[in-house]
Amino acid sequence: MFHLVEKLVEYFRTQMRTDPDMASAVAAIRTLLEFLRRDKGETILGLRESLKWATDCLTEVDSSVAVSSGGELFLRFISLTSLEHQDLSRCKKVMEERGELFLEKISLSRTKVAKLCHTFIKDGAKILTHSSSRVVLRVLEKAAAEKKRFTVYVTESQPDTAGKQMADALRRINVPVTVVLDAAVGYVLEKVDLVIVGAEGVVESGGIINKIGTYQMAVCSKAHNKPFYVVAESFKFVRLYPLNQQDVPDRFKYKADTLRTVSDLSDEHPMIDYTPPSLITLLFTDLGVLTPSAVSDELIKLYL
Amino acid sequence: SSILHIAAVVVSGTSVVVYMYTWCLSSSIHISAVVVSMFSTIICGFLFLLVVKRLPEHVQVDDPAVVKRLAKKLERQQIPLRSDYGYKVSLFSHLHQYSRKAPLTQQLSIPSTVIHPSIVRLGLQYSQGIVAGSNARSVALLHAFKQVIRDYTTPPNEELSRDLVNKLKPYISFLNQCRPLSASMGNAIKYIKKEISNIPSQCKEEEAKTKLLTCIDRYIEEKIVLAAKAISKYAIEKISDGDVILVYGCSSLVNNILCEAFEKSRKFRVIVVDSRPRLEGREALRRLVQRGISCTYVLISALSYILPEVSKVFLGAHALLANGYVMSRVGTSQIALVARTFNVPVLVCCETYKFCEKVQTDSFVSNELDDPDDLMVTRKGKTQLENWQDVSSLGLLNLVYDVTPPDFVDLVITDLGMIPCTSVPVVLRVKNLDQ
Repeated sequence: MFHLVEKLVEYFRTQMRTDPDMASAVAAIRTLLEFLRRDKGETILGLRESLKWATDCLTEVDSSVAVSSGGELFLRFISLTSLEHQDLSRCKKVMEERGELFLEKISLSRTKVAKLCHTFIKDGAKILTHSSSRVVLRVLEKAAAEKKRFTVYVTESQPDTAGKQMADALRRINVPVTVVLDAAVGYVLEKVDLVIVGAEGVVESGGIINKIGTYQMAVCSKAHNKPFYVVAESFKFVRLYPLNQQDVPDRFKYKADTLRTVSDLSDEHPMIDYTPPSLITLLFTDLGVLTPSAVSDELIKLYL
Repeated sequence: SSILHIAAVVVSGTSVVVYMYTWCLSSSIHISAVVVSMFSTIICGFLFLLVVKRLPEHVQVDDPAVVKRLAKKLERQQIPLRSDYGYKVSLFSHLHQYSRKAPLTQQLSIPSTVIHPSIVRLGLQYSQGIVAGSNARSVALLHAFKQVIRDYTTPPNEELSRDLVNKLKPYISFLNQCRPLSASMGNAIKYIKKEISNIPSQCKEEEAKTKLLTCIDRYIEEKIVLAAKAISKYAIEKISDGDVILVYGCSSLVNNILCEAFEKSRKFRVIVVDSRPRLEGREALRRLVQRGISCTYVLISALSYILPEVSKVFLGAHALLANGYVMSRVGTSQIALVARTFNVPVLVCCETYKFCEKVQTDSFVSNELDDPDDLMVTRKGKTQLENWQDVSSLGLLNLVYDVTPPDFVDLVITDLGMIPCTSVPVVLRVKNLDQ
């Protein structure tokens, strides 16, 4: 069993390495699909169990919300198949086909999101964004391709200074960008017209889980009456319902190796925070432009 | 009314023809023709007004025409009309206000041939407040209907599916007179009526009766008992060790959740908030303390004092409306408002059978007025407000329900899962698809 875990993790890491632009959830789903292909189980129930176990293994490697939600969605997607066909080999074939279809669909999701969102960026706009998000980058690339002129403020986003990577990527497409301190968000907000952030997970209430510092930015933009937009693909929708910051499970708050090595988490700093739906104006997803209350509607359609 | 419809259509048709005829004559438009066509359109307008479909009546006690219609309907069903009591505050004068001083049998003469005795007993229990709480009232109603079905025999040349529904109508009017029906009772009655009308005509009477009885048992089992178990399962995930939970009044569902959580060894303490005149919190307090849960008891006036200690608020609901508003015991919206100000999460627990298609944005349009004499309190031998009826400018208001907007509610826990308050219409739509 142990070498199976190793092979799984190795495959996952290879996927992430070969295409750094791919979302971690997509890599997880690819890995699960490969696992499904190589699985030698005899029963459908055994298959489900082993897939669940594989998802747990992957969550231990990369404890982001997206991996967990992607895995759950994949499981959901294929378990609907298992109800239709009784024969295991046929079932597996249909599952593989559907898995491929699912992967194809979600690889197009970022383009769809960019197409919906770039119209909200007007000529001469000043945009504030947080940390490094590949979806936001795609949106800004599309807006630049549409010959719109805009400037971007990126927060540095400690502790991993991911904001600098975002700034480099934007400079490469000739967008004027300024890196600001996390503490300067309130200062900069009077200059900006809109705030766009990505999300690691979208929860049932319509709120989002994202890099720490997002909640602060949302509260400040509410106080300044600036629109706060979130861009996320639909596979990031997760069946979680946090009531406040404390309610987010620990397994998402900290990095995977922190959870493994450190016993007392009260000294550790969380990497993510929860932004409640009342602070979000609109969510741009490949299912369309949604208000936070419509997210629950979509989730019910996906999961029920 | 269909004859009137046809007549209206015919008259309007002829008037249109006359118009066209005069228009075609173009040069000489006879004034008489124009007058005739105008007259005919006015007449068919009147006819349409007479036959237009009326919306189901809301309670409108201050409109004498509506009261007369209600009285005629009750007379037709041979149900006595209960008279209102006391001076009503003007904003709520469209609602009924009944007195509980004299028992119902002294106020009305209830014809025992028309109304089944178990329904009479149920009506008395409702009017005196012996059976209170939305789950308890629905279950009691369903048990009484089971007894009615057991004692029912189809008259000759009648079909069970139509006759039984007609038999139930006067019972429902009677129960409405004793105490206005709750949303959960309304949904239960709709379900029973649907089940009865779906009985195939070739079904034998005994078979049909057993089928109906099992349907009712299944409804109670699924929608109330099992739903409570499912809701406790979800709610217990939200209770963590060290929590201080605030509850208001006595909700059977919330008490159930807290007792289950205590069984699963969660460490928490409860603050029970209570209000006059019902003082239902005392019953909740009794039930929780019996299980060994450490509780604090305050009145609602101490709410802002106690809220900084609270980590979560659990509220029960009487009904969840289609626009996401929560209808519950009066005082609930106050608790939700103050909890929101203190940033304390508010969780509402409600079974899906209490979801109703009504839309309400305020507590005035549709509510219930309880006996105003309940507000009189006797302390140290002196009764305050004893002679309130003599003071012409004084009105006592004893409201039963109020409506909480969805912005104050963080989470609704139902048997289908945890949903935000704005997703109630989605659940209603999904349920309608299932049916």
